[in-house]
Amino acid sequence: MAANVKPRVRVPKTASKDEVIVIKTLINHEMETGLRKDKDGKIIPRQIINKFTAEFNGQKVFEADLEPAISANPYFEFSVKVPESGTMKFTWVDDNGSSYTEEQKIEVQ
Amino acid sequence: GAALRSGGAEAAAEDTAKAISDLAGGKEPQAGRITLTAPEIAENGNTVPISVSVDGDLAAPDAVETVTIFAEGNPNPGVVSFHFTPLSGSAEASTRMRLAKTQNVIAVAKMRDGSVYMDKKEVKVTIGGCGG
Repeated sequence: MAANVKPRVRVPKTASKDEVIVIKTLINHEMETGLRKDKDGKIIPRQIINKFTAEFNGQKVFEADLEPAISANPYFEFSVKVPESGTMKFTWVDDNGSSYTEEQKIEVQ
Repeated sequence: GAALRSGGAEAAAEDTAKAISDLAGGKEPQAGRITLTAPEIAENGNTVPISVSVDGDLAAPDAVETVTIFAEGNPNPGVVSFHFTPLSGSAEASTRMRLAKTQNVIAVAKMRDGSVYMDKKEVKVTIGGCGG
């Protein structure tokens, strides 16, 4: 499963200075709760995305700590105030130690 | 999922009350400033859309710092914590959550000045989802 993890983000490419813009992110991930059993009755170990971070030009914008109650394919919608042109960087951290990142530029006009 | 814990619904609600009390530093959360939006009826408990919104300027001394969501009828009450910064622009966030059964969803906002606000919505769940 981990090999197929693919983040997707929707970020406006342009904004006016200090505009508050909406960002949507989704990453495909089972979010295995650690409560389910397989067909032999054994608990399937927990494996979730446990942290999501959004930064703009290296400064923290928004962060989420996830529990297993977040649905599969974790989705977040939040906003950012854009003071200048720059890069949004998104990071998702998996229980297995992997992390996944995605970046997108925003141009202030 | 709920069947896995011995205490059942009451214990889950107690766990939630304890977690909120810990978060609030023993204070009683106030009503106001935070709005939790959730459907009255969720047909599929595996993916229930929720949103939170907190009033106030994010650069102010009493700005919201963290919003934590609890589901008091799930096997574990914790759902997610959102951390906002002045760069967030507005203290609004949405996600999708799992609900094992009909229950209260609670959102608790902790402000920079230590004050704590809460909102609560009951969500009726047709088909439960918690992977349990």
